[in-house]
Amino acid sequence: MSDIPTAEELIKINHNPPATDWMDTPVNIRKGMYCYASNPKSVAYLGLPNARKWNPLDDDWKLPENWQQILHEGFKERLERFRTFKVYMDICVRCGACADKCHFFIGTGDPKNMPVLRAELLRSVYRNDFTTAGKVLGKIAGARELTLDVLKEWWYYLFQCTECRRCSVFCPYGIDTAEITIMGRELLNLIGLNIDWIATPVANCFRTGNHLGIQPHAFKDMLDFFVEDIEEVTGIDLEVSYQKKGADILFITPSGDVFADPGTYTCMGYMILFDYLKKEYGLDVTWSTYASEGGNFGFFTSHETMKRLNAKMYAEAERLGVKWILGGECGHMWRVVTQYMDTMNGPANFLEEPVSPITGTKFENTKSTKMVHIVEFTADLIKHGKLNLDKSRNDHLNITFHDSCNTARGMGMLDEPRYIINNVCNNFHEMPANTIREQTFCCGSGSGLNAGEDMELRMCGGLPRAHAVKHVHEKYGVNSLACICALDRAVFPDLMDYWVPGVEVTGLHEMVANALVFPGECKRTTDLRGEPLLGMEDEADE
Amino acid sequence: MNVKYMFSLMAVVFLFLFSYLGAEVAGLKVLFGIIIPYVAILIFVAGFVSRMMDWAASAVPFAIPTTCGQQSSLPWIKQNRIDNPSTKTGVIIRMLLEILCFRSLFRNTKMKIHQGQKISYKLEIWLWVSALAFHWAFLVVLVRHLRFFTEPIPGFVKFLEFMDGFFKIEFVDSFMQIGLPGIFMSGLVLLAAVSFLLVRRIMVPQVKYISLAADFFPLFLIIGITVSGIYMRYVSKVDIVGIKELTMGLATLHPTIPEGISSVFFVHLFFVCSLLVYIPFSKLMHMGGIFLSPTRNMLANTRAFRHVNPWNYPVKTHTYEEYEDEFREKMIDAGLPVDKKE
Repeated sequence: MSDIPTAEELIKINHNPPATDWMDTPVNIRKGMYCYASNPKSVAYLGLPNARKWNPLDDDWKLPENWQQILHEGFKERLERFRTFKVYMDICVRCGACADKCHFFIGTGDPKNMPVLRAELLRSVYRNDFTTAGKVLGKIAGARELTLDVLKEWWYYLFQCTECRRCSVFCPYGIDTAEITIMGRELLNLIGLNIDWIATPVANCFRTGNHLGIQPHAFKDMLDFFVEDIEEVTGIDLEVSYQKKGADILFITPSGDVFADPGTYTCMGYMILFDYLKKEYGLDVTWSTYASEGGNFGFFTSHETMKRLNAKMYAEAERLGVKWILGGECGHMWRVVTQYMDTMNGPANFLEEPVSPITGTKFENTKSTKMVHIVEFTADLIKHGKLNLDKSRNDHLNITFHDSCNTARGMGMLDEPRYIINNVCNNFHEMPANTIREQTFCCGSGSGLNAGEDMELRMCGGLPRAHAVKHVHEKYGVNSLACICALDRAVFPDLMDYWVPGVEVTGLHEMVANALVFPGECKRTTDLRGEPLLGMEDEADE
Repeated sequence: MNVKYMFSLMAVVFLFLFSYLGAEVAGLKVLFGIIIPYVAILIFVAGFVSRMMDWAASAVPFAIPTTCGQQSSLPWIKQNRIDNPSTKTGVIIRMLLEILCFRSLFRNTKMKIHQGQKISYKLEIWLWVSALAFHWAFLVVLVRHLRFFTEPIPGFVKFLEFMDGFFKIEFVDSFMQIGLPGIFMSGLVLLAAVSFLLVRRIMVPQVKYISLAADFFPLFLIIGITVSGIYMRYVSKVDIVGIKELTMGLATLHPTIPEGISSVFFVHLFFVCSLLVYIPFSKLMHMGGIFLSPTRNMLANTRAFRHVNPWNYPVKTHTYEEYEDEFREKMIDAGLPVDKKE
């Protein structure tokens, strides 16, 4: 992160637009603000169009000769297929309510990061191609032709949106920039304009079952490694079950939890919880290496690609003959599961309506998708007193909670995680009201933008979130940012180091596992990370 | 000087001159009093309906409500039934709040960075206040105008007039006799609100930056309508009996042009016709579009009930068999279960 400005410099943001009209201000593709172009091998593996090596900084993007025609036809098709797209192209009144709601506008001051202008990038072409006023009046009607410069502008700014939907909460018509960005990226994919941080994980996921391209034996190795770690810290000896036919529940979590700290501790948290439930109540949970990815970067490519990746969840659940699916802590995975999966790959009639075998609770809200969120599952266990929890084992943590965009605005899971937090730790402070729950700010790296080369963009986009953390860090001494999203866990450490040094990042089930008391367990002196518990500093050293 | 609002202002000035000169100089009163109003109404109705049908013809492949509150999940967790509605009643209330009270706009905040140290997001109600005042005042003015198209005048129109003119201000001098016809608040509120929206659009740098000519034009046009209406009512004292004869003629399909109607009336009427014609082709269709906005009008019960995509098609997936074929040896070596052992 040495080549990006310091935090003191970066926050000097000018939110006043430039003197030149936005249509007359050409795009400047700036280093640090964009992700590398997709690797042709990944694009080809997926059978997506125009696989070739290209560089966004080059003048020539090596587009197919008839790229304008492809985009025009693609645009037309999507207007017919998606009412959102069509209505949202037409009804925006440009009131500007969305402008300062976007973390990228707040963090960069670039007017084209105002949600309304991001959409206008597409609308201007829509007016030119599909409306009478635009055809007749041209620029004065806000219409313009899709030139190569406009295309480059699309690419640059559609990959500066994390599809977080915060603007859609404030829009008087509910115009959802995520929809606009999703359609825009679909169009870009028709002519081979993706970023590698999306294309390669998608190709990996298609082949190996997870974004990181972990092959089955390596996936197992990783979990075996956690088994050893867990035994070392807690003395618990546990076993993990893989693709066990006839198990009660198939568990699917984002692969980020398996490979990247601090998500790995959340993964250990799941394993510890399942082991506890197995030993205490005989719960039979199995993992799959084939469906080893909860996340779905296909969602950031096209609806079709999303469906292709998501199909594995139901397919594997059916093959294994489990009763229902339990999903780990993840953000966009839950947007996909909540609002797309059943429609795309359902109905999952081969599964049962989910019932907790331990509490008997019927998860009525999941009776069609047959997939329960582990936070709902655990909250229910705690409510029924099925977990023996020692809150004081998280006393070394002073927690604040980040609502992930997708679980907040694409699902509405707001109180369940708070219920768990209040039951596993004693120190919990909320960030200011306008930055949490449905008004939560994005981590700034969602929707496939969590690469390394766009670090400046990520630090800009994460500014509002980070500053809300900074507020509670300074006011209450908060030292730990809890979240229920694997991507958050992957990107927040960098963001915190940059804006709010001294705040660590944790998943909810890491805290659950810290607090969970096993019968006859040996005395715990450290948490899962090997950090001493409060008052155990001396003993932990031994 | 901004070309976008100057273009729109000039367009409205042109519409004014066209209608004023047309009625006053050329005497084209049949054109402006009969033909254009009928044509405008036809275009408005046909255009509005066809736009709505056009939108409705687009599929709704996925249920993607924006959830703005707690979901319905475990029985002991209190759901926000309106902002995250899992029932039709909830959706209806959500839509009513959105359409009648501009619920989402009420959330509006203003972001400010204080000396590079703190960022604040304060409630900013003025956009909401002015938008609400504008739309409701417009509706009241519209309903009041039903008195020109009905005989006898319905009770609710009279009641609305009574309420609207409740705060009567008496002000009489040699030039103006304000107070005798009674002041209608709605007209003044409408003018004040639409002026605020215009000033906001010009003065707030970001809003000015995103504005198109199409954003200024309706504001100028509505200001033209309001000003010409206020002028006729409070200043020039037009021949109200003659005007009602004309409007009733339009309403009963027996159009007539009585003598002695001021040209200002034809300007007013032409502005209204221009607005009617403009609506179906412009962003003013948001009045219909809001009803079709999937992030607001859909049920947030997508895990409990399956939404069907009319164009769902099969896709190429990577099956377990293909996966196992590629990794079988490694899986066996690692002790992972496989379907085919050889």
